[in-house]
Amino acid sequence: MTDNKLEDRRRFLKGGAALGLAAAAARSAQADPGDHELSRSAYGERSTFVTSTRISDGGNNCSFGSDCNTLSPIQDQVGIITPSALHFNSSHGATPPDIDPDRHELLIHGLVQRPLKFTMAELKRLPFVSHIHFIECSANYPLPVDVTVQHTHGKTSCSEWTGVPLSILLNEAGVRGNAKWIVAEGADRDFHSKSIPLERALGSCYLAYGQNGEPLRPHQGFPLRLMVPGAGGFSHVKWLQRIKVVDKPYLTPSERFNPLHGPKSVVTFPSGGQRLEGPGFYTISGLAWSGGGRISTVEVSTDGGRRWQRAELKGPVLPIAHTRFALGWRFDGKPATIMSRCTDETGEVQPTATEFAAARGVGVDRVLAREVRRQGQWNLVFPWRVNGDGSVEHHLWA
Amino acid sequence: MLLGLVAAARAEGPTYGLGSTPAPAEIDALDTLVDQDGALLPAGSGAPAEGAILFAQRCAMCHGADGEGTDTAAGVGPMLIAPGKQGTKGIRHLHFATTLFSFIHRAMPMHQERTLTVDQAYALTAFLLWRNGIIDEDEQMNAESLRDVVMPNRDAWQPPPETSG
Repeated sequence: MTDNKLEDRRRFLKGGAALGLAAAAARSAQADPGDHELSRSAYGERSTFVTSTRISDGGNNCSFGSDCNTLSPIQDQVGIITPSALHFNSSHGATPPDIDPDRHELLIHGLVQRPLKFTMAELKRLPFVSHIHFIECSANYPLPVDVTVQHTHGKTSCSEWTGVPLSILLNEAGVRGNAKWIVAEGADRDFHSKSIPLERALGSCYLAYGQNGEPLRPHQGFPLRLMVPGAGGFSHVKWLQRIKVVDKPYLTPSERFNPLHGPKSVVTFPSGGQRLEGPGFYTISGLAWSGGGRISTVEVSTDGGRRWQRAELKGPVLPIAHTRFALGWRFDGKPATIMSRCTDETGEVQPTATEFAAARGVGVDRVLAREVRRQGQWNLVFPWRVNGDGSVEHHLWA
Repeated sequence: MLLGLVAAARAEGPTYGLGSTPAPAEIDALDTLVDQDGALLPAGSGAPAEGAILFAQRCAMCHGADGEGTDTAAGVGPMLIAPGKQGTKGIRHLHFATTLFSFIHRAMPMHQERTLTVDQAYALTAFLLWRNGIIDEDEQMNAESLRDVVMPNRDAWQPPPETSG
């Protein structure tokens, strides 16, 4: 079949058509994804030598017929953008609904003057914004059994998200005077719902249909998700089908009301499971992020926190986005404990476990057991131990 | 500044003329989330005894025969029935019984969501409330009686700050 198509094209080209027309015809034939010569590169593939993948978070979702929650391989990533195919996924047991975007509608109702429904095509006709924002699962915390930074910190990812400011849609519907909150609801199996204060909904929230230049991936909420910049992943309702404007926060059995995520950073090289080839020069590298805004400084210690050096921020440095940092370091073959801490533009500093325990007036053991943590988030300084042989392992519980 | 944003959204009329007006039936079909005060609780009723049969048929494979919770390859479900009908484990951690009904009706059983009738969802709610020592064995649950149930963890409820995310 493919051969016939090619033959037809050759015959057409031989037929003496004007050169411009022939070129146009050839281009349109090439665009046919059925063409054997192009099918393998119609949607780009990476090198066969690049094998970095997401892994299961070890949770039990995939054991009962749902898609696994997955961790992003941040140890393999450079820069600040997470490839869409490697974005972490935590859907609380939901397998992505297979939504036809031409049939998907968003309903806005409740305490509004004009209930409205929007098709995806209508949403895309409205003014749009594009932001590079991280999303971090509130359950992004390490366990002693973890080996790599993918295990300990892999539930964070950063993308360019494109979509409609929620304030535009709320204004079109006309919010009534007694409105105080919205409830956003997904089209997933359990209609995941989250209450968001109206002020935040009218402020920084937007409805994303684009991720890194293409439509959202199904696991990220295709065709539409709520973005609540700086809030836990739980608030970024995927497969968004409904926004109800209400007078109070609605409770669901899994509802949580947490502050925005605080400053957090981690060294991704060298990190757990990696091995330095031997003494010599290395560039320590890692990621910092905060729901509070821009990262203002990142410091790195190579001696377990006795001395801290200012790391270089490898721009762009954007609010509520992964921020890449780096510091040159000479490994002398002696054991070293490497860690990072960051400060965001509000002045909040990422604490060590000891500092956090002291601030809360509790024993550090309770902090290490996660009995006491920053509400809704774990954001402690996380040390890696580089052994004399160059192997690397986590050092938080040592 | 935020107050200004709120005022702007309230004051202005539509700017873009996009979107269409949903029919009331279209709204009703999706408007099923019951709030803690019990608004939108549907008409219907169910009792613990009916719920016990349903629980064994539809819920026990994941939540355990006694609602103790399971975590095996065959089924995974959180604990629902607190040991000794005390403390704030299982559904006893909830602040409101109305939201329990809504979750069962909208989101359970997993992979067979929204296959329970309204009466069945009330019966399962009644069963769980009875087994957790919150209502009596012969109490019917319906929109009115469910609103009157006071959960053991009710007093722990505090309205969240409007700065939450």
